[in-house]
Amino acid sequence: MKNVYLVFKKELRSYFLSPIAYVVITIFLILGGYFFYNIFASFSMVSFEATQNPVLAKQYNLLNVTESVVRPLFGNMSIIMLLMMPMLTMRLLSEEKKSGTIELLLTYPVKDIEIILGKFFAAVVIFSVMIALTFPCFILLSVLGQPEWGVIISGYVGLLLMGTAFIAFGLCASSFTENQIIAAAVSFGGLLVFYMMGYSVNFAGPKLGGVLSYISFMPHLYNFAKGVVDTADIVFYLNFAAFCLFLTMRTLESKRWR
Amino acid sequence: MIEVENLTKQYGTARGINDISFKVEKGEVLGFLGPNGAGKTTTMRILTCFFPPTSGKARVAGYDVFEDSLEVRKRIGYLPENVPLYTDMPVIKYLEFVGRIKGVSGKDIKKKVQEVMDDCCIADVSKKFIKDLSKGYRQRVGLAQALINDPEVLILDEPTIGLDPRQIIDIRQLIKNLAGRRTVILSTHILPEVSMICQRVIIINEGRVIAVDTPDNLTRKIQGSAQITLIVRGPQEEVAQKLGVVSGVSSIMRKTSSGDNVHTYLVDAMKNADIRKDLAATIVNNKWDLLEMRPVSMSLEDIFIKLVTEERTAH
Repeated sequence: MKNVYLVFKKELRSYFLSPIAYVVITIFLILGGYFFYNIFASFSMVSFEATQNPVLAKQYNLLNVTESVVRPLFGNMSIIMLLMMPMLTMRLLSEEKKSGTIELLLTYPVKDIEIILGKFFAAVVIFSVMIALTFPCFILLSVLGQPEWGVIISGYVGLLLMGTAFIAFGLCASSFTENQIIAAAVSFGGLLVFYMMGYSVNFAGPKLGGVLSYISFMPHLYNFAKGVVDTADIVFYLNFAAFCLFLTMRTLESKRWR
Repeated sequence: MIEVENLTKQYGTARGINDISFKVEKGEVLGFLGPNGAGKTTTMRILTCFFPPTSGKARVAGYDVFEDSLEVRKRIGYLPENVPLYTDMPVIKYLEFVGRIKGVSGKDIKKKVQEVMDDCCIADVSKKFIKDLSKGYRQRVGLAQALINDPEVLILDEPTIGLDPRQIIDIRQLIKNLAGRRTVILSTHILPEVSMICQRVIIINEGRVIAVDTPDNLTRKIQGSAQITLIVRGPQEEVAQKLGVVSGVSSIMRKTSSGDNVHTYLVDAMKNADIRKDLAATIVNNKWDLLEMRPVSMSLEDIFIKLVTEERTAH
């Protein structure tokens, strides 16, 4: 446990020194703010038109701030995450391989799993800070309207869980190669496939379709963004992360016997 | 302290090392000598548990490098050849990280870091980032990280490569100071270095051990017999004749003379005979002046080249 903490602390420090953390967080916030502005601006335009137009005013969904601002905002944030997370994770192991520092790290009295968990948690913390900083959007929203706080909280839980799965996947990609670009490309491509898996559900048979829609990222997040916290969704993300971490461990181990 | 038995490592079909066996006693400094690609680094990586051998056993401090890898890793300090350090960290933070992870307790860490920084003369750059340090300083930081947990065994892969002469002397002195308290294995292809710091040398070539001995013994063995250069003031004929019959002398050669009745001789001794005492006594008894007596030693370079070429012709 102590070693996990030491690796974690070292990794966190290098995130801020390098300064990947600042750059990634800033860009994420700029993009998040831009989307928030646009979604909210179009919502207020629709509400304004609804005051003139009785037919439109009956469309309850369109005029609900939770339905038409909070939920799409979480969806958009998940897409920005798709783009930014590989940059957060690509260097975790591949840089150590490239610079040779892995040779020293693996000859210290540390277990492989401790190294992996330390790095994983460091990325999770950076990510948590990143999404926590989007919170002012919702404060602003609650000043101007009445969003449902339950949905906002469950949306954040969903983002956090999905981010954890993204990080584990990125860490795994980073363990395959000593080239950071390859690590980023593999994790971006892989994540996009899992994100979009739901698209082929309609063409696949009922059995395969069920499996595909279960292993797709999107439907699970959709539940959280609706305010539904289902253990099945939680278990899905955690399982996904655990499986990726397990693969990472095996990849690191294979360096010892290959 | 270190026992290696029939160690073999294969990379795919290529052999890294082949059936290497040796032992290192506690407190000994062992030199690992060989041309590039001979298998020095491979052997060291096995000893430091970076990867396991294909076959054979290696034990460090009684623990097997494969079965009890963590126990071995607690007891070694390792400096890899290219000195991979976390360049985005300041020296002091880096050493604290390594120290803690190698098991130095939280309350001792500050003291311990200060100690190794003093030992390795890097206290003056403690606040600098490692990326801003020169090669010599990085090497010393590398050594400091190896030393931080007071390891019983130090494994240094070419510790003086790429340094300037002044730094080389410093690092050698540092390693010499460590000897006795710690068991050290160091690899190098700089030969004088070995005769300067190591008590014993292993010469490997193409993955196999071709000689294990002290630098002195190696010299003697290869030469077959000892040669001594003498400079004596006295009548040349008589000197040569009288010294030629001293027991243990197999032949005597007259070399140059520098006038004033001073002559140089090259004396060959029979194998394992120390003739120096008798030679000196004979000269003194005859009232000649002994100006110089010097064993002609073969340098390690000569031995090395000889061994490696012998090895090649044998195959």
